[in-house]
Amino acid sequence: MTTAAVSSEGLSKRYRIGALHGAYGTLRDSLSATTRRALRHEHRPDYEDIWALRDVSFDVRDGEVLGLIGRNGAGKSTLLKILTRITTPTEGRATIRGRVGSLLEVGTGFHPELTGRENVFLNGSLLGMKRREIIQKYSEIVEFAGVEKFIDTPVKRYSSGMSVRLAFAVAAYLEPEVLLVDEVLAVGDAEFQRRCLGQMENLSQSGRTVIFVSHNMQAVAQLCDRALLLDGGRIVNDGPSAEIVAEYLQAGHGSGASRVWGELDARGDELVRLRSARVLQDDAVAGSVDVRKPVGIEIAFTVLDHGEPVFPKIKVFDRQGDVAFNALDTSSRWQGPARPGEYVSVAWIPGNFLNEGLVSVDVGICSLDGTKFHHRAAESDALSFHVHDPGLGDSARGQFIGQVKGVVRPLLEWSSEER
Amino acid sequence: MTELKLEPRERAAQPPAAPAPRPPRDERVTVIRPAPRWPHLDVSEIWHYRELLARLVWRDIAVRYKQTSIGVAWAVIQPFLTMVVFSLVFGKFGNFPSKGVPYPIFTFSALLPWTFFASAVALSSTSLVTNRGLVTKVYFPRVLMPLAAVTVPIVDFFPAFIVLVGLMAYYSVWPGIGLLFAPLFLLMAGIAALGVGLFLSALNARYRDVPYAVPFLIQIWFYLSGVVYALSSLPDKWQWVLAVNPMTAVINGFQWGVLDTAAPDLGKTAVSVAATAVFFVLGLWYFRRTEPRFADTI
Repeated sequence: MTTAAVSSEGLSKRYRIGALHGAYGTLRDSLSATTRRALRHEHRPDYEDIWALRDVSFDVRDGEVLGLIGRNGAGKSTLLKILTRITTPTEGRATIRGRVGSLLEVGTGFHPELTGRENVFLNGSLLGMKRREIIQKYSEIVEFAGVEKFIDTPVKRYSSGMSVRLAFAVAAYLEPEVLLVDEVLAVGDAEFQRRCLGQMENLSQSGRTVIFVSHNMQAVAQLCDRALLLDGGRIVNDGPSAEIVAEYLQAGHGSGASRVWGELDARGDELVRLRSARVLQDDAVAGSVDVRKPVGIEIAFTVLDHGEPVFPKIKVFDRQGDVAFNALDTSSRWQGPARPGEYVSVAWIPGNFLNEGLVSVDVGICSLDGTKFHHRAAESDALSFHVHDPGLGDSARGQFIGQVKGVVRPLLEWSSEER
Repeated sequence: MTELKLEPRERAAQPPAAPAPRPPRDERVTVIRPAPRWPHLDVSEIWHYRELLARLVWRDIAVRYKQTSIGVAWAVIQPFLTMVVFSLVFGKFGNFPSKGVPYPIFTFSALLPWTFFASAVALSSTSLVTNRGLVTKVYFPRVLMPLAAVTVPIVDFFPAFIVLVGLMAYYSVWPGIGLLFAPLFLLMAGIAALGVGLFLSALNARYRDVPYAVPFLIQIWFYLSGVVYALSSLPDKWQWVLAVNPMTAVINGFQWGVLDTAAPDLGKTAVSVAATAVFFVLGLWYFRRTEPRFADTI
């Protein structure tokens, strides 16, 4: 089909930064600013224009799954906010054919005092479902969420897992023609993320149109037919998702093999700051690594002050966004109180351990807080790299050429004998 | 918890949410364009969202007295005790004029529409900020929020009204022909409250001063509405000035109905009706004008 389900012509969104400051101020601030301007006969406005989105035009075919990618502040979320009509564009126009739905962030529209049943109806209406539709699908929704026993209990007594499941179940049964999804995968547990992905696959296979915003490059590459790369509010690349994602990662943007934080955007608190992070193999930065050789995750950071013990930590995710493992530096160096200085740590992931595909890494500098890690300086999805197998038969896959399942793919030592 | 494994694209998962055969296509077309310079109220859109409105009203009503031990009795106790205090302070010691009916029933009959109006203004003025999570995450006509908030305090009106009927029986006061108009006067209070609520909620989306100003505003308004004294005892000139306050006509009209006091002056009532319309239109205009920025500034 060639009908455009979503069609955007020159969408632009301008934010006035000065005016936005006023948003958090008081009436008095605005009044005094106005008076000041009047008294000094100043005509210069005390705001700055920022174009969060500039002249964005594209068509999404009926049944197409489109990914929107780009760095933070590239305009992805603004574009989605305009398409969901949460905010209006400054210029341009867009048309959407068919019923529009959006996967809400978990718990949006849930009222803690209301029971599960009441919340299903409330959330359903917020998503644009009619009462009879909700009644029709009610039992399936509750069953999918697995909360039958607690359906008449106020949601405030639910575990977070239960409310997440219920919220998602409502959205899963909305069945819109155009589904807009913003970064839902960033919240919720792995189970929820998987369900979201599964539901999106379903929708796209039943011919519905999906627009999906994510920092999760694996998910975009895997789920979307096509991707738009945004930068500075403009579309800078448009094409098949795998290509766009690969180019984006290669360009070292956002989540790639190397990351440097400047003085202004350095992650951290009063004790530690992240400076840079890199993926290393054979003494070089590597976006694509050989599965047979060790991979180094290098973290450079600054300790600003004397303080409680801190240590570097990495969290490694497989291509489906599941946690493969957590690892922290347990050496005695980090047992004592932190001392100011510049540090570089490298975590070596052994060769023949990871599975193939995209791997992403959260890096962080932590201290211990009882039974929890206190992330003093952390960046999720700080690094990502592609693991490949040259296929010479000396890796864990041997001569097998199909897909090897599993989070890891270790080369084990086998002992076999004939009896 | 059932495990749902994500398989590669060609082998889709078979989740519980297996897609139903595709429903007939909804031919709705959504057009997104910059905010109009001259906003209008899209009544057909509000009609389209009527179920959500009902759901929001119902949510607030359901939550209103949850985890309180005496629940909806609050709707009776509050105006009743207020009436007792007013009767002692203003009726007994102050000897305030009360249109020739016993002071307790005079002030109680004024407190009913007033309490509705005051709660409606208070609830609607914070409605957007209270529901910030929804405003920044989901689209729906924002007008629904103050509209729902104005509707909610109606539930408190009915139990209190039953008490009024009891008081009328106790004092042998009988309603007059004006009772037929009482719902119209209450509607007028609702529209005036909505106008004020639309304005204040939009203002509150941007300035957090509003919650501080509202109780003060309501207090002043209270003394200008003739709840504790009969306005008819004021010089005529001042009655005309106070007619700009819609609540003077509402209270006069409501008392005319339930207490069969003198019918409200047509001219002054017309001034109040006009003022209500102005409040409503200005409030709505400001609301619709600032609406496109709510999600950005709230």
